[in-house]
Amino acid sequence: MNYNWDWGVFFKSTGVGSETYLDWYITGLGWTIAIAVAAWIIALLLGSVLGVMRTVPNRIVSSIAAIYVEIFRNVPLLVQLFIWYFLVPDLLPENLQEWYKQDLNPTTSAFLSVVVCLGLFTAARVCEQVRTGIQALPVGQESAARAMGFKLPQIYWNVLLPQAYRIIIPPLTSEFLNVFKNSSVASLIGLMELLAQTKQTAEFSANLFEAFTLATLIYFTLNMSLMLLMRLVEKKVAVPGLISVGGK
Amino acid sequence: MDFSGVIPAIPGMWNGMLMTLQLMVMGIVGGIIIGTILALMRLSSNKLASRLAGAYVNYFRSIPLLLVITWFYLAVPFVLRWITGEDTPIGAFTSCVVAFMMFEAAYFCEIVRAGVQSISRGQMGAAQALGMTYGQMMRLIILPQAFRKMTPLLLQQSIILFQDTSLVYTVGLVDFLNSARSSGDIIGRSNEFLIVAGLVYFTISFAASRLVKFMQKRLAV
Repeated sequence: MNYNWDWGVFFKSTGVGSETYLDWYITGLGWTIAIAVAAWIIALLLGSVLGVMRTVPNRIVSSIAAIYVEIFRNVPLLVQLFIWYFLVPDLLPENLQEWYKQDLNPTTSAFLSVVVCLGLFTAARVCEQVRTGIQALPVGQESAARAMGFKLPQIYWNVLLPQAYRIIIPPLTSEFLNVFKNSSVASLIGLMELLAQTKQTAEFSANLFEAFTLATLIYFTLNMSLMLLMRLVEKKVAVPGLISVGGK
Repeated sequence: MDFSGVIPAIPGMWNGMLMTLQLMVMGIVGGIIIGTILALMRLSSNKLASRLAGAYVNYFRSIPLLLVITWFYLAVPFVLRWITGEDTPIGAFTSCVVAFMMFEAAYFCEIVRAGVQSISRGQMGAAQALGMTYGQMMRLIILPQAFRKMTPLLLQQSIILFQDTSLVYTVGLVDFLNSARSSGDIIGRSNEFLIVAGLVYFTISFAASRLVKFMQKRLAV
């Protein structure tokens, strides 16, 4: 047993500037949250559009969305990340390529790649949830809206979507939490988010177990608090009269 | 784009694929065994056991797999040294297998638990009426039925694991993705090899998930 436990390590100086290890974690957490929130916005918007496309009574439109889902669900996240980070910039037109590879600082370009990658990856999952939500509604809802003379966009916007979103809050929550967890792949393209900062702390301080315990605690707390928050939201907006109301 | 360098690199990538498949199979087998034990603990009337299993599942489901892989890679040698008192060098492969088993166990636990809970209560009552012990009842009556019901879900989780094995990239293990990347880097064609890797992952996962859907239809009662 020649391991020196030292829980005070986080308040020690890293030797880089005047930062403590705790500062590294805070910076890392900031990046993790930034990636997750930005990617989630893309995922929610694009996923909703795709989800609607899948349920629209038009073969071509719905198969486009279906193909999208199959592609993004069957390629590993890491491969997708490498594609967005290494391959796609090479395919851009000359001036954009120069901007991405030279003008942008490396952190920003890595951030952009991760956000686009995670956003499109998660959109495929959100799409499936939105589709499930829409299909779970009684057919009468759509028929009634039609009978009232609503046009298709109005049916979706005013009748189907407002109800569907409220039904699918629990699965959407777990997708949201997944975005936070998946954002850790950013560490593999050099973005200093939480996991990368943890690794760096472990290497600099040699306090491996403390470093990873703190990271675990941060992820755990983040998860639990978001879950509780979403449970409150879910109760607030529950559709009255459905069995699913009131949680599990 | 020039894909002519791919053919000579196939043997190397095949070795990488074998590594990926090994990781996957060991992760699935270990994960299902640990996961089943956890599920039985969660369902048992022993409060302590069920709390412990619940905590395990919550813990592993709220942290990223990449964190688990990295942590285990760095920590398992340490822990082994504490236990055995001497330096026991274990490779990245072993630490990754352990990481996959323990991480996936949390997910498999939830699948098995749902499977067991979907078996009708009468089955349990009947087994008890025949004088079976708890172990006999689970082994002979409940689990065989539960596993049959949850086969599609277990397979779906396995496909996810197949894709997730690519994360061993972080510890430098040469799985399929890593072998494709290094073959591409050597000849300066990394983009082409990335596309090939993506296509291979896609084809396998897509075919497997179609198969699962087909099975689901056939297994449906």
